[in-house]
Amino acid sequence: MSLEQIIFYVFAAILVFSASMVITVRNPVHAALNLVLAFFASAALWLMLEAEFLAITLVLVYVGAVMVLFLFVVMMLDVNIAAIREGFIRYLPIGIVTALLIIAVMAMVVGGDYFQLDQMPAPTPHGADYSNTKELGMLLYTVYVYPFEIASVVLVVAIIAAIALTLRRRPGTKYQNIDAQVAARSVDRVRVVKMKSEERK
Amino acid sequence: MIALADYLTVGAILFCLSMAGVFINRKNVIILLMCVELMLLAVNMNFIAFSHFLGDISGQVFVFFILTVAAAEAAIGLAILVVLFRNKRTINVDDLDTLKG
Repeated sequence: MSLEQIIFYVFAAILVFSASMVITVRNPVHAALNLVLAFFASAALWLMLEAEFLAITLVLVYVGAVMVLFLFVVMMLDVNIAAIREGFIRYLPIGIVTALLIIAVMAMVVGGDYFQLDQMPAPTPHGADYSNTKELGMLLYTVYVYPFEIASVVLVVAIIAAIALTLRRRPGTKYQNIDAQVAARSVDRVRVVKMKSEERK
Repeated sequence: MIALADYLTVGAILFCLSMAGVFINRKNVIILLMCVELMLLAVNMNFIAFSHFLGDISGQVFVFFILTVAAAEAAIGLAILVVLFRNKRTINVDDLDTLKG
């Protein structure tokens, strides 16, 4: 077994293990952390496929932004885990059966002779001067420039939608008005009243 | 050497695991969103494997767009989740039946 195969199987095992932990652990925080591990393992697999830019993007964007957002929301919501876990055992058999069924079908397709090394030989590895980022950029900014623009529009729409959804105006809230505080004078607050003393009745 | 079939098998296992996750965690919206992310990861794995073995970098461009859309989807999904929790104090899927006739 070559070193390459050892690395592949180690990271594939980590990936499958962490994915199965994501769907089975009780605590959503643990599920999110396992998902982070799954993203790291698949980034390693993508590095082996010479997709360096996307591997780094996966770590930066997913682990750095999306999963932090997930963890933030999970910790912010006070979720009753016991109520949400009911039905886990009840639906476990149908989940396992469906997964096994589909994995059997997919194994027949991808595990056959069509995608083995003699049908699909591995390409020769690129030299040290090959830049995956440069190649990707060359394609992205020429052939795929309109989809690229649309992708940025999608991101803008997502930002606006997320902010508009969660923005909350509470009309009854009392705010500090610093202008009015600074501008206040003693004559506005205290009124000195002169009057004659009155006899107690 | 590692064949294309190995990468495709990893992607298939990942996809089936996340689909089983949708079945067994059908009450918890947060875990459902995480399962969707895992599914997209499995699909991306297939795209990159084919891109590498066919020598066509367009597959990686597609993965780039999938990552973009998935990030947008996660942001909006979590925003909806926050609003939902604020209004109903629950994220149990069973309680979200107000549109039922």
